[in-house]
Amino acid sequence: MCGVPVGGLSLEGVDVAKESIIQGVVVSGDSDPVSGAYVRLLDRTGEFTAEVPTSATGQFRFFAAPGDWTLRTLAPRSSPVDQRVTASRGEVAEVVITI
Amino acid sequence: MSRDTALVDADWVESHLNDPDIVLVEVDEDTSAYDKGHIAGAVKIDWKEDLQDPIRRDFVNQQQFEALLSERGIGNDDTVVLYGGNNNWFASYAYWYFKLYGHDAVLLLDGGRKKWELDSRELTEEPVTREATAYTAKAPNLAIRAYRDEVVEAIGVKNLVDVRSPDEYAGRLLAPAHLPQESAQRGGHIPTASNVPWSKAANDDGTFKSDDELKTLYAEAGVDFGNKDTIAYCRIGERSAHTWFVLHELLDEPDVKNYDGSWTEYGSLVGVPVAIGDEPGEA
Repeated sequence: MCGVPVGGLSLEGVDVAKESIIQGVVVSGDSDPVSGAYVRLLDRTGEFTAEVPTSATGQFRFFAAPGDWTLRTLAPRSSPVDQRVTASRGEVAEVVITI
Repeated sequence: MSRDTALVDADWVESHLNDPDIVLVEVDEDTSAYDKGHIAGAVKIDWKEDLQDPIRRDFVNQQQFEALLSERGIGNDDTVVLYGGNNNWFASYAYWYFKLYGHDAVLLLDGGRKKWELDSRELTEEPVTREATAYTAKAPNLAIRAYRDEVVEAIGVKNLVDVRSPDEYAGRLLAPAHLPQESAQRGGHIPTASNVPWSKAANDDGTFKSDDELKTLYAEAGVDFGNKDTIAYCRIGERSAHTWFVLHELLDEPDVKNYDGSWTEYGSLVGVPVAIGDEPGEA
């Protein structure tokens, strides 16, 4: 696992054309970014594929495969939130998750 | 081993924070996480800097492990409690090292750092220094470590448990989905391996499922502990250390090894059989 899994930062050095990127930000009801939340990437069968904590600015990123995914967000004092997203090769799917 | 002797919960850790015989150790994939806040008194082990040989692809040898623990102030008589991010992947990996080098008094914090954070328990940036010790490690216990030749010979003979995600097992992904896709030369899995993702053994908050749920999980996947030895693998051996912990430490299955070379080694070997797709494939 070489690399720190933080999202929303520079994509410098990443060949975006080869990747199917899902990234975004977790915000609270009043639109403040939520750091230290956990975003889980679930595949089309609901199986866990990956998980990252959100950055200081509430951001996250996954390098997925083309297809349909679910993002499940866990945060302190909050119920889990599920959100569907579709990833495509060479594109960055941007998601805003409100908890 | 069993749940009672291998696992502690967060309340237990909070009530033992000032116990001088207990050393908390944080091990993360994101090695900067500790510096942004850790459980009071916990020392850090960096899975890459501290646990890998700097030159060869192998983990630290007996002398290197002794030097590491001595420098961190961990004594032979201390009880070590490990925890970390990513649902304890790397804490489980370190747990396996401690057992491999004969440190029996080692425990894992159920749920690790994530559960601790989701509970809004206290983390501190306070630096931790412990007096150095003269730690003595035992010779590595290779009954819990598998090498590649044994894995190739195990095809169709032993239980092989691939604990990666279904997409990695099938060869659709080469690495976990939060990292750019860089990994072995080939995608797929070792023929005859069952796919039981590590995550099926854990709840969303990172705690382990109950023994009954775990037994059912592996039984339904066709893993036959009664008649066969078992080898678990993933990509680099840390998620399979999590499953090794479940099988060997929680469920008390005696003949379970972790193949730490895992897919980054196997998937780059010349001439070995590889299966792709969702089925285990033939020997």
